[in-house]
Amino acid sequence: MNRSAPCRGAVSARDVANRLSCSRRDFLRTTAGVTLGSALMGASPFLWAESARRKRKVIVITFGGGARDQETFAPEGQENIPHLLQELIPQSSFFTQVTNHGILGHYVATASLATGVYETLNNFSAVPPDHPTVFEYFRRDLRRPANDAWVVAPSNGFNRIGESSYGQGWGATVVLPKRLLGVATSGKTTDYEHLLHDNYETPLYVPQVAGSEFELQQLETILQLSVDDFIKHARTLSSPDELSVYIAKRLMRLQAPSLLWITMHDIDIAHSGAYSLYIEGIRRTDRLCAELWTAVQSEPEYAGNTTLLILPDFGRDADEDAGGNGFQHHRTGDVASRTTWMMALGAGTRQGLVFDHPVQSIDLVPTLGAMLGFSPSQAQGKVIGELV
Amino acid sequence: MLPRNLEAEHFAGYPPEAKKLAVANLTVLQQLPLSFLPAFLREMIDYDYKFPRERAAIEAELATLNALAPEQRAAWFAPFSNLSLSSRLERFDWINQPAQFLEQESAYLWTTGQQDAFRKAATQYNDRLRTTSPAAALPMRRLGIAIIGRGVTSWDGPLFRNLRMHGTWFKQIDPDKGFELLLAGVEARAQARAVPYGHWYVDGGQTADHSPQLTCVSYGALEPVRSALLNYIQKQIQRPGMGPEELRSNLARVLPADLRVEQAGDPVLDRFQLKLLTEGSGTQIFSTTFAQWTAREVLRRAQPVTLLVRFAPRQRQRPMNELLSDLPGTTEPDLPGSLIDADMGAYYHWMNQQRLPGSEESSFLVWFEGHNQALAIAPTLPRGVESASPMNLASLLSLAVG
Repeated sequence: MNRSAPCRGAVSARDVANRLSCSRRDFLRTTAGVTLGSALMGASPFLWAESARRKRKVIVITFGGGARDQETFAPEGQENIPHLLQELIPQSSFFTQVTNHGILGHYVATASLATGVYETLNNFSAVPPDHPTVFEYFRRDLRRPANDAWVVAPSNGFNRIGESSYGQGWGATVVLPKRLLGVATSGKTTDYEHLLHDNYETPLYVPQVAGSEFELQQLETILQLSVDDFIKHARTLSSPDELSVYIAKRLMRLQAPSLLWITMHDIDIAHSGAYSLYIEGIRRTDRLCAELWTAVQSEPEYAGNTTLLILPDFGRDADEDAGGNGFQHHRTGDVASRTTWMMALGAGTRQGLVFDHPVQSIDLVPTLGAMLGFSPSQAQGKVIGELV
Repeated sequence: MLPRNLEAEHFAGYPPEAKKLAVANLTVLQQLPLSFLPAFLREMIDYDYKFPRERAAIEAELATLNALAPEQRAAWFAPFSNLSLSSRLERFDWINQPAQFLEQESAYLWTTGQQDAFRKAATQYNDRLRTTSPAAALPMRRLGIAIIGRGVTSWDGPLFRNLRMHGTWFKQIDPDKGFELLLAGVEARAQARAVPYGHWYVDGGQTADHSPQLTCVSYGALEPVRSALLNYIQKQIQRPGMGPEELRSNLARVLPADLRVEQAGDPVLDRFQLKLLTEGSGTQIFSTTFAQWTAREVLRRAQPVTLLVRFAPRQRQRPMNELLSDLPGTTEPDLPGSLIDADMGAYYHWMNQQRLPGSEESSFLVWFEGHNQALAIAPTLPRGVESASPMNLASLLSLAVG
């Protein structure tokens, strides 16, 4: 397939973004058997769902660390995402052009996704977002209990992502599985230490993580997992994101939150410059996304009433940009590093449709608000009409 | 402090050659906007430790800026002048710490949504500079060689995928003495045309015997420096309040003498090698990353006419704490992973070579070490085709360089 032929033209930033979009759309049409969505729009699948909102579950997965087209949706990259392509996309509404106009650091970008505002906080500081989070809107507007909104995230700064100063006590509970593991092992040097490193942005720097008794209590009381069993299971896993998914699945079974946010991060090993490890990270994340969707189908609380949204926080630098070093970083702010995708599947979504008009990453929160029935008053994005 | 307030004595802390250059060009420096000048000073402050090509580029840029009429200069720098910087940045010691200023400026531009405007301004400026400063003729056609996959006995995965469309894929190469033949070819080029820092041999492992006419950098030879640097980093990150940005700033201030890195006996090369480790991400822990980043920096900075890069197996991915402490037993290799890394590294080597003047005449060769597959890119070779012609590496090299 000639991925760029339908989109050939002048090379402006806008054109490049459109080419990325076209390449994904064309690929999806030919490989995954999906259809361009704009021609098939009808009544919203959510219209039926008003009475069912109370039971609705939403899971957001950030396909974290950022991955480029050529390692994912371009023809040469498709071998790295077999689960997305063969299992999830045929069931999805797929948005080919999601742009991030904010700061391209993982914590600040994820915070922007969670607030619907391009946050400007220091990416390397453990500070809360400046604007209300989706969790606060959700819980406060809908009067939901604390155990109905959870975040599972890497530990580098994400511990503050659950709540802004907007509504103290209305945020999500944040679980940092690697931090839990660090506390549980009390810093012993054992063979599961390979799960603990998570700051690839500066691979030489490993943040000091301070544990607390509260977190161990979470492990015991909320996840019903003894420290020994937790460590034993961790030994069977190959990466931090596998640990995150393990924790997420336990949360689904034991707490069944209506809003669950999972931030993947393995792909960011790319900052070490080892291409093979970056590819391994993509393949693992692809597998874990499918694994989580399978878990949704097998959990009675989730099967049939859950919407899953998967989107990267941003991309990575293009090979062609002399200011960067290709896949290794996301520092140039070029089109490839700002343009990503999003898929939505499950309850209320239309299957097998592709939408290639531009949307922004900050549109997620308003869209979730329309889906779930809360008002994200300070979010600056727009509702994605095809999802509501 | 703004550029218009610059005085000669402000450059007192600069190395001798850099100070002389700055003072001689004080008038034009005073007229550059603050959003631009520190980036130029970051290059100028290291002038004494720059490669000849870099020195020439700085001198040419100054000549161009001096030759601009006032209205031209205003037009060139308007996009930079339109950027708004904070008073905190204005108060920063950007004259003596330009690199640290740029870190803070970058953060500020991202935060205030001006990064894209800065990027556009910088791109436009570089385009203008290129058109006004034509590149000097090369002493010989540029040649790049990448040797990948050392130690891999069998491989059925894809190879050279990104490069195939640009060259000829040879599948009947005689691997016997392949490295020696390629190194001999590189040495012959250095013998034929001596160019200061013009012929390089980079090794991701231990250096093989080579001609002194080659400038050589290797991961193996830098092992004591890497250990010293990792010890330094260990101590730094244990300090209260230390974060990634502070660590990066501190690394930028490390000098060869701090780590006893004066092993090359050449201040320019010593400084270059140290920067590979303090500015590169992952270069301290993965040899494949080191080789790729070194090739990039050699091409970007020294602009050699010959660059041979031999990748070596990198260690298996291990916990970062263990890597940092460099405990014994951390050298277990990941052979297939290293081949994949190096295959991409070879592509980046070629990409970076193509960014240099004379790219249309340049040649590039990548060989899967110990095996019969190689790919050559040259003006005389067809693109996107395969060849079953049997030949050794010396013959292939001759074919590639014409």
